[in-house]
Amino acid sequence: MPGVINMDELTDVDKAKMERDQKKIEVKLERWLTSKCCTEFMEAVQAGVEDDTLVKGIAEDKNPFKELKGGCVVC
Amino acid sequence: MGEMDTLKKEADGLKAQIEAGRKAVNDTTMATLASGVAAAPRVQLKNRKTLKGHLAKIYGLHWSADNRHMVSASQDGKLLIWDTYTGNKVYAVPLKSSWVMSCSMAPSGNLVASGGLDNMCTIANIKGASPKTLRELDAHEGYLSHSRFLNDSEILTASGDTTCCLWDLETGKQKVIYKSHVGDCMCLAVSPDQNTFISGACDSSAKLWDIRDGGCKQTFIGHTSDINAIAFYPSGTAVITGSDDCTLKMYDLRADQEVNGYQDAALNAGVTSVSLSSSGRLIFAGYDNFNCNIWDSLKAEKVGVLSGHDNRVSCIGVPDDGLGVCTGSWDSFLKIWN
Repeated sequence: MPGVINMDELTDVDKAKMERDQKKIEVKLERWLTSKCCTEFMEAVQAGVEDDTLVKGIAEDKNPFKELKGGCVVC
Repeated sequence: MGEMDTLKKEADGLKAQIEAGRKAVNDTTMATLASGVAAAPRVQLKNRKTLKGHLAKIYGLHWSADNRHMVSASQDGKLLIWDTYTGNKVYAVPLKSSWVMSCSMAPSGNLVASGGLDNMCTIANIKGASPKTLRELDAHEGYLSHSRFLNDSEILTASGDTTCCLWDLETGKQKVIYKSHVGDCMCLAVSPDQNTFISGACDSSAKLWDIRDGGCKQTFIGHTSDINAIAFYPSGTAVITGSDDCTLKMYDLRADQEVNGYQDAALNAGVTSVSLSSSGRLIFAGYDNFNCNIWDSLKAEKVGVLSGHDNRVSCIGVPDDGLGVCTGSWDSFLKIWN
């Protein structure tokens, strides 16, 4: 089973090794420029804003959560 | 030098290299780029419905993939499944342990999960004549803080024992254990492509995991207290975290660092819960101070507030179609806003 570690058997040295080994993995990551990431991110968000009900609002007759007036509600 | 000292020195050296790597790609900030973006309109959402039925603090809620039903969990010992269009309760699932901390619904709508101080994740089938317990997932050594179904046969859990876990619901056994956090795991969110998930913990870090091989791919730092809430962006390239340090942060997965922060000097309440509007332009964050603040994710400005609860907002959710937002509170009510 991947990742199984019995925590009770881990010594402080084991835990320090785990941390060191984890950082060895993370240090290798290829990172993108924040300018590229943020620009793409913002474009994706802005593209969706026109269809975003919580930003644009919703017409009363299309609102599925509107208070039901009149009639009977059986609970 | 002892072995511990050697290992610590190595780890510190690697961490410094990681920070240098992050700094090297940090050529601009979202704040700078967003200065040219038009401000989001002042958001004034109305409380359309108040769902009454729980008798004690609500600790969790989760929308169904059908955008209409929702499950909520309360320490009154019940899960309630609601039809949010009518406000009616459709099912009530009694819990063996009332100390529930979270709940979730499978994408199919057939199953719900709950768990808390009993250290277990209990799966119930709600599509029969009456709700039936299907499985009790019992291997965590600490409380169950969060869960999310991948499908009707697999569920991810986060626990106070500092691990997260992927379970096989056919056998009830653990398939993968995700071990790297050094504090209680408080929350998790699955990436849209279901290849990875992100966890937030009391060690103030968020970690990105490969679901299948159990490896931790990235660790995001910067918060100075427990991360209580986390959400993935629909693009799968960024996450939002909410923390007891009273701030929210956006981390970009490809830049491997924080790219935006959401805080206010006047705000000194911890963030309990977070959810995104359908485009991701708005961040809804529940706080200990009974309110939910609405943030413009790009310009990092507060653009609205949902007030109406008489106690802490403990959970928030936006359905997949983005037509509303639901807040759940320790005041025992759920409120739907749009």
